[in-house]
Amino acid sequence: MDFGPYLMLATLEGAVTAAVLALTASGLALVFGVMRVVNVAHGEFFMLGAVLAWWVTSWLDGYAALGFALALLIVPVMVGVLAALADVTVLKRLSYDPERTIVATIGILYILQQVTLMTYGPDARPVTPPFNTRLALPWVEMADTGLSLYWPWGLSITSYKLAVIGAAAGVLAALWLLMTRSKLGLMMRATEQDRDMALAFGIPVERVYALVFGLGAGLAALAAVLIVPIQQAHYLMGGDPLLLSFIVVIIGGLGSLPGTVLAALLIGLSDGIISVFFSPTLAKIMATVLVALVLVFRPQGLFGASRA
Amino acid sequence: MTSEVRKIIGLHGGVLAILLLLQFVLPAYHHGNLARIMVLATYAIGYNLLFGYTGLLSLGHALFFAAGLYGMGLGMTQLGLSAGGALLLGVLAGATVGAVIGALALRTEGVAFMIVTLMFAQAGYLTVLYFGAYTRGDEGFVIQQADRMLWGFDLSDPSNRYFAAFVVFAVAFLAPLTVLRSRFGRVLIAIRENEERAMMLGYDVMRYKLMAVVLSATLSALSGAAYGLLFGYVGASFASVQYSIFPLLWVLLGGAGTALGPLVGTVFMFYLIDLSSGITTAYMLIAGVVLVCLTLFAPQGLMGEIRNRFWRWLP
Amino acid sequence: MTKSKTITPNSQQTTRRGALKTLALGGTAAAALPMWARYAGAQSAEPIKIGFQVHRTGIGAAYGRWYDRTTQAAAALINEQGGINGRPVEIIAEDDGTDPKRGAEVVEKFANQHNCDIGFGTLFSHVVIGSAPRAGELKLPYFVVSEGHHVASGMLNRYTLQPGITDVKSQVQAMAPFVASNLGKKVTMIFPDFAFGHDHRDFFTAAIEAQGGEVLEHIAIPPTETSFTKYFPKIPRDTEVIYHVMVGPAVLTFVKELGEFFGPQRPEIFGFIDSLEAVDIGSPGLEFLEGTYFWEGNPRYAQADQSSYDAFFRERVGVDANGASVSDPKDVSTYAHMFGCWETLHVVKAGMEAAGYQSTADRAKLIEAVEAMTDMPHSNAHPQGAKVFNGKTHQVFGHQYITKVTDGKLLLVHTTSIEDTYYPDEVDYTTQPL
Repeated sequence: MDFGPYLMLATLEGAVTAAVLALTASGLALVFGVMRVVNVAHGEFFMLGAVLAWWVTSWLDGYAALGFALALLIVPVMVGVLAALADVTVLKRLSYDPERTIVATIGILYILQQVTLMTYGPDARPVTPPFNTRLALPWVEMADTGLSLYWPWGLSITSYKLAVIGAAAGVLAALWLLMTRSKLGLMMRATEQDRDMALAFGIPVERVYALVFGLGAGLAALAAVLIVPIQQAHYLMGGDPLLLSFIVVIIGGLGSLPGTVLAALLIGLSDGIISVFFSPTLAKIMATVLVALVLVFRPQGLFGASRA
Repeated sequence: MTSEVRKIIGLHGGVLAILLLLQFVLPAYHHGNLARIMVLATYAIGYNLLFGYTGLLSLGHALFFAAGLYGMGLGMTQLGLSAGGALLLGVLAGATVGAVIGALALRTEGVAFMIVTLMFAQAGYLTVLYFGAYTRGDEGFVIQQADRMLWGFDLSDPSNRYFAAFVVFAVAFLAPLTVLRSRFGRVLIAIRENEERAMMLGYDVMRYKLMAVVLSATLSALSGAAYGLLFGYVGASFASVQYSIFPLLWVLLGGAGTALGPLVGTVFMFYLIDLSSGITTAYMLIAGVVLVCLTLFAPQGLMGEIRNRFWRWLP
Repeated sequence: MTKSKTITPNSQQTTRRGALKTLALGGTAAAALPMWARYAGAQSAEPIKIGFQVHRTGIGAAYGRWYDRTTQAAAALINEQGGINGRPVEIIAEDDGTDPKRGAEVVEKFANQHNCDIGFGTLFSHVVIGSAPRAGELKLPYFVVSEGHHVASGMLNRYTLQPGITDVKSQVQAMAPFVASNLGKKVTMIFPDFAFGHDHRDFFTAAIEAQGGEVLEHIAIPPTETSFTKYFPKIPRDTEVIYHVMVGPAVLTFVKELGEFFGPQRPEIFGFIDSLEAVDIGSPGLEFLEGTYFWEGNPRYAQADQSSYDAFFRERVGVDANGASVSDPKDVSTYAHMFGCWETLHVVKAGMEAAGYQSTADRAKLIEAVEAMTDMPHSNAHPQGAKVFNGKTHQVFGHQYITKVTDGKLLLVHTTSIEDTYYPDEVDYTTQPL
């Protein structure tokens, strides 16, 4: 494939990765920002979202679009409620101590993974996309007669992938509105800035925490519902989104929502584009080291303000 | 000698003596398990040095373990070293990687330190896969029985293996115990308790932390190199994220910042999985539940709780 | 634990047998029951314990489930036929978590705690390689069902054998003549960037060049990858055949995205069924596979000329004509690999009978008896096809099958000869001490 179309294809694919990553990571960022805890089980909430999406759509076998719409509505809520329960029963009792929370969420990670293995099984199962048309894309080239359009071999995307990008953007915009314009968002931001002060002003901090933890998990689950018609639901699928979300949250400046979205774009797109130039595994190694070095030399993240 | 020091020497000497004597009474299966546990507990001790005493939580120690494992393994298969030379190369590789990673990662702290170490370890894991021509990637390679001879001892023999594991463990067990009672160790603990105060007292905190990382990496690499040599296998799964989480679990279970904790935690976790896998296929479920319960009800780990409740002198 | 406590909790049959044995020992007249009568004649009715290293958790779990079912079915059959040397077979399963460290521990458990006669059943190569050194040191005969080249490459030891499934080297090189003469000579290979993929890369590249073809491009995919479209532009335009082999949960995505990438005009496509083991060919998004070719270790769909042995095997394991579970048509088996468990257990039976195997003291005799084997005819014991065992390299050789997706089913189009799969010996394990 010529270089131009190749780069465009890699960019489009990167944009899909970035969209899903932005949703997943903003959930993690929200939890880290407001509660100052690292949720290692975040990837498992993502996995649960995908698995439950398969389960819900299997109720309506034969009505792919309807089943998917139903999953999109109720799966994030189911996962969010489960996460809020975990918060109330476990994390709250640890007083959100950062290190103990990490260990406890590692425990929750194992529990969720194994329960899924015992009930759902070890197979990777697909969910039918509600719509999926292959859209061939044109490219311009210099011909003798000047610029002209042509349809390069392999340059295409599917309508569903475009919809994923759109849906993610919509959800992120809604989240932004929720955080900045609503009373609930105000309470969250107040808790984020000073927990004790928020308590003094009568904000039910514990309930805000449970809500934030549930919302964070729900965002991961929503991202998973969106991606599951492209990938498949599998009980070990949570590892990669967790790692990538970590990276994104750090680069994005630890809990800042716009920073997280920007970082997701950067990571998602570069993941696609770097693979154009290097052998894939080498590209992964370089990307990983590069992100680590960013953290080393700019610990506040690329987009975060200096904390000092 | 104060009574406290006598108690400490008595307890830890006693533990070593029991470990040495157990080989004569244990049935073959548990005999083999304990050899493995002692090697892995060495890894946990290395981890505890950094996490328990210096307060630095790394999520990338598999990199150091793997540096030892592969330094030893590739030294043998690619450079044709003898077992002793390969072991030394593995430990040196771990120390070197520790120095480089430490110098970089220590510029960060807290959550960022966790993530940076995690990412370097992930890069290390992928590097092992990338050089598949030498490492055989995920599949790994075998250290042949004939090559596992150290000073005339066949390390694949159960008694020799046990004794070698014991020596490795004893070195790792006693070194931090003495180091921590030295000025160096006290500075580390001072850094954990209050870094700024340690800095104000005129200590070069950075240098101390770096030394702690290197020492921790060296012990982890010793464990990795010994594991490959004693059990005859080198593979990429030992470089994966999971093997960075394991020492954290062992140390937390046993009690971070206690000398006996790493051993106790490793034994506990090993038998928890071994026994529960006989009851249910989802034994990791039990591991998960135990982890959550421990953080809820015994946050200091087993030895930490014992120290809090009974033996306040426990190091 | 007393020696009589050998009842497997998960097998009703053994439980009943155990109870019967107790009755017999008590002197109760239970001789009317034929099963008991058969075992009573033997010197010892102690079961032969077979340690089964199974991937119940971890990345190999989908395979492990079907390896388990096949193994239980084979053991039940062997017991119905009177066991081995008049003794019943007991399967002692332990999960290895698809992890080499745990795998080695499980092997130790078989040898030292369960006092198993042999270890058996491992699939994933890294678990085999991590466990085999311990099996060799413990002198526990270790029968793997892995299709890895590790046994025949000489990396392992005299106690490790692979008599029930062919290895990747012979599979891959046997494909080259068919690909070159029927599909095309310019090949692009897509494979996972780890040892299993590298084996395919090295062996197939050499084999297709021997056929006058060439590999235009090697595309190695990192093992953690979940999206693939971005790699496909590396496929050269003049590619005539795409050779793909992927493993892991993301393979469905891989095939789907390959289809979306090419749209209506695609080159010929040849793949290893490993990509789609335990996956329904009728899954959404896989329509694209229509008309493409697959290597299959054993054809998943019952073919028109199905042998009576294959029918028997399907019936005993509980697999329907579409390769799915008889109780759940959506539960697709790992049909191209799992026959290996069945055949290996039958080889163990034949070996133990030839060696006059009585106790763990006869383990070395068992190894020698299996090493002495050569021809294994197509039969109920070898339902996948006839095989030839090479005692020096501890590896079995056999027919390979190439199927084509036709109307959503895999139809057989070519069967290789056993000779196509031969390559020069790389090791002679028989020179190693026992």
